[in-house]
Amino acid sequence: MDTLHSRLGPLRRSGRHGGDALFKGLTAAFAVLIIALLADMAFEMARTSRLSLAHFGWQFIRSTNWDPVRDQFGALPFIYGTVVSSLLALVLAVPISLGASIWLSEFAPGWLKTPIAFLIELLAAVPSVVYGLWGIFVLCPLLRNVVEPLLGKMFGSLPLFQGARQGFGMLAGGIILAIMITPTITSVSREVMKAVPNVLREGSFALGATRAEVVRMAVLPFARSGLVGAVILGLGRALGETMAITMVIGNRSEISASLFSPSYTMASVIANEFTEATGDLYLAALAEIGLLLFAVTVALNIVARLLVWRVARSPV
Amino acid sequence: MNNYRYRRLIDLSIRGACIAAVVIAIVPLVLVLTYVTVQGLSGLNLDFFTQLPKPVGETGGGMANAIVGTLEIVALASAIGVPIGILAGVYLSEFGNNRLGKSVRFAADVMSGVPSITVGLFVYGIIVLRTRQFSAWAGAVALAVLMLPTVTRTSEELLRLVPDSLREAALGLGVPRWRATLKVVLRTAAPGIATGVMLAVARVAGETAPLLFTAFGNRFWSASINQPTASLPVQIYTYAVSPYDEWHRQAWTAALVLVVLVLLLNVSARWALHQRVRAS
Amino acid sequence: MKTGPATATNGQPTRPTRGLEELDASSRDLTLHNGARASVPVPEGKEAKISTEDLRVYFGKTRVLHGVNLAVVKGAVTAIIGPSGCGKSTYLRCLNRMHEITPGARVEGRILLDDQDIHGSWIDPVLVRRRVGMVFQKPNPFPTMSIRENVLAGITLNGLRATDTDGVVERRLRQVALWDEVKDNLGRSGSSLSGGQQQRLCIARALALEPEVLLMDEPCSALDPIATARVEELIHELKESYTIVIVTHNMQQAGRVADYTAFFYMGELVEFDRTDVIFTQPKESRTEDYITGRFG
Ligand SMILES: Nc1ncnc2c1ncn2[C@@H]1O[C@H](COP(=O)(O)OP(=O)(O)OP(=O)(O)O)[C@@H](O)[C@H]1O
Ligand SMILES: [Mg+2]
Repeated sequence: MDTLHSRLGPLRRSGRHGGDALFKGLTAAFAVLIIALLADMAFEMARTSRLSLAHFGWQFIRSTNWDPVRDQFGALPFIYGTVVSSLLALVLAVPISLGASIWLSEFAPGWLKTPIAFLIELLAAVPSVVYGLWGIFVLCPLLRNVVEPLLGKMFGSLPLFQGARQGFGMLAGGIILAIMITPTITSVSREVMKAVPNVLREGSFALGATRAEVVRMAVLPFARSGLVGAVILGLGRALGETMAITMVIGNRSEISASLFSPSYTMASVIANEFTEATGDLYLAALAEIGLLLFAVTVALNIVARLLVWRVARSPV
Repeated sequence: MNNYRYRRLIDLSIRGACIAAVVIAIVPLVLVLTYVTVQGLSGLNLDFFTQLPKPVGETGGGMANAIVGTLEIVALASAIGVPIGILAGVYLSEFGNNRLGKSVRFAADVMSGVPSITVGLFVYGIIVLRTRQFSAWAGAVALAVLMLPTVTRTSEELLRLVPDSLREAALGLGVPRWRATLKVVLRTAAPGIATGVMLAVARVAGETAPLLFTAFGNRFWSASINQPTASLPVQIYTYAVSPYDEWHRQAWTAALVLVVLVLLLNVSARWALHQRVRAS
Repeated sequence: MKTGPATATNGQPTRPTRGLEELDASSRDLTLHNGARASVPVPEGKEAKISTEDLRVYFGKTRVLHGVNLAVVKGAVTAIIGPSGCGKSTYLRCLNRMHEITPGARVEGRILLDDQDIHGSWIDPVLVRRRVGMVFQKPNPFPTMSIRENVLAGITLNGLRATDTDGVVERRLRQVALWDEVKDNLGRSGSSLSGGQQQRLCIARALALEPEVLLMDEPCSALDPIATARVEELIHELKESYTIVIVTHNMQQAGRVADYTAFFYMGELVEFDRTDVIFTQPKESRTEDYITGRFG
């Protein structure tokens, strides 16, 4: 009977259980590592771009002149390309994502919910470079031969739809980005709408509202800030997306009103030129673009998380 | 009851619009998967898995080095990112009800939105510049950084689902906290965490941007993890933007292999989770 | 009682604990934190396995136990009864330092296990818990472990090496009268058992570590009458070799299983005596009110 006690010994601390403090310290160290990494990212990028920051100042984001040969670096075309392609993506993706998430959370019959949500999640699982490949060989030819002529014929009077039709350009970039951010916006929106208390819905149903009216009267008002958060998260994704858009946007650093003409984004110019950049200033300028991208996406993410957290406690 | 009919019509058209949105959202997936399968299958043969790339102009050859490179980089990245992420998740769920916990949670969420290309730049700065060399392990660190926030947050969420009564049961048996956490709490949450980890791994396996200036690429076998290393995503990119038809064909095949790899990981992780949810 | 009226720091008078007037041959005298004198009565001819002296427990700033002086008699069953929220669980969890898991929980006063202060700075709470085992209100077998592994959990999780593990499993499962029901399925998951079986499994798990004291917090509240009867039978048998403290809301149960009963009310120990005395001639009107169902 007393076989164990001899080994358990008296109550005195045996020294082994310093393990607890050690364990907590260890896990805390890894947790802190995450904060440290984020901080170090900011620091590292600022350090690499120091030269460019000092040399160009604010001129860097106002100038359109990107001329590595003469060591002149202005990032405005890339900023323009990034912003416009992302906004275009939002214009295309937001209605679709909201529609899909409303359907999934309010209208879908139970047996269809899971498979459809699963397919939309799969959309996010396909690697970006694969979308790019598809963009080059399927989407861009389609745009050049069918969509752009059609748009030109119908809305040719608008500057948006004028100019040479090459397939590769802002329109292709926007479409590819829209495809890629749709699953993000959809799944976060769905999460947010799930968090809407059922009593709100029931209250409207009790007044004889149709499903659609319930969505408009009860679900959307309650979920609004969370949905805005979802859209901002999607915007963050779009701004930082690199490969797919690099492969279809045409990569020319010019600012043009036409959606048909080639453009360039911040992420693309880094991807394309960083390994070939010669000269410290050139490298620093590319790093500064990275720093800008980092700062903007971090800021957007902070805002989005706060908005989404307000509605749905569990962050996505 | 004209009014009712009108409202009913609105209801139906909104339903219709939502269904249309769902269809539009899914069409690209179908299109992309179809193209990748059709185009990719035409170039699929044994050589693709066993041969090195041929120089421009010659037909044939494969991507054996890129396939191995991807597996190697992803395995290394998991070896770095998964344990760190899980232990950070342990901190958040077991000890993290404080200000530090809150900040870490927030940092992880923000970090998951950082563009992958900037993570590549970051790792270029801290590793490639210092070692003066592109390498598989620089690429692995970049992917590890990318998966860290996801692994951390999923681990935390799943550890929180473990009932406190199990923690008490273990502590009541005189088990030190650290052992109780590792052997009871973590073990109970392990299947769910495995799913989360697989999803995170699947996600980074397809990443290209962070590898561009870390693992770089290589037309040959790399002798060690300290050398530039080929990977499927980077190879697809390089081949896709090249002017050669033969390379385009190979890019499609590589895309097929990558998509199968990534979706297999992704789908089997979800399927396993689904089975467990059903079972319990 | 030998003590005069004492006053707690929060101003409300602590009434002295009643009971055992004729039994307190070996009561231990002590001075309370506020200078008053008190004693921890121990029944004649008996030994205290655990005694708490002036035990005060705080959750953050709120005090929920206001100085409990109680001796847990060695080799006997002590029941703790009292209305919900009076601090029974809190008291029990202090006895093996489980309260420390609750953030903000703090203890003042002394808890002696075999005359050794378990809060001494050199004491390892982990080792206290191995000697003072615990069974919880809701059965909590480890779901990832089989029945066999659950019984051995205390040994394996602590990294101890036991010879003859098969023997340990069989002995403990027999002890809790579970052996015949599960002997062909020892590999099954512990959580696949019925509630009553799970609770007996949890008791077997606690016993496998050969504790000296077993704390049970409403061990039958999740069980049906038949399973309850099994557990009560089990407590009877365990009394031979263990000291048992059981919290219960069920007066009949206390009457059936306990040798001694302590009545807690609003964080104080109101009365402590032999169970038959508590139930037939309580000295405090509050005890009588509670037992006869007038409140609580
Ligand atoms: N973690 C905690 N934090 C703050 N107060 C607590 C905590 N746990 C218990 N309390 C308080 O301590 C008092 C005693 O609680 P305890 O759980 O010991 O009561 P109990 O007698 O076991 O009740 P029951 O019969 O319902 O189990 C209660 O007033 C309760 O509100
Ligand atoms: Mg209780």
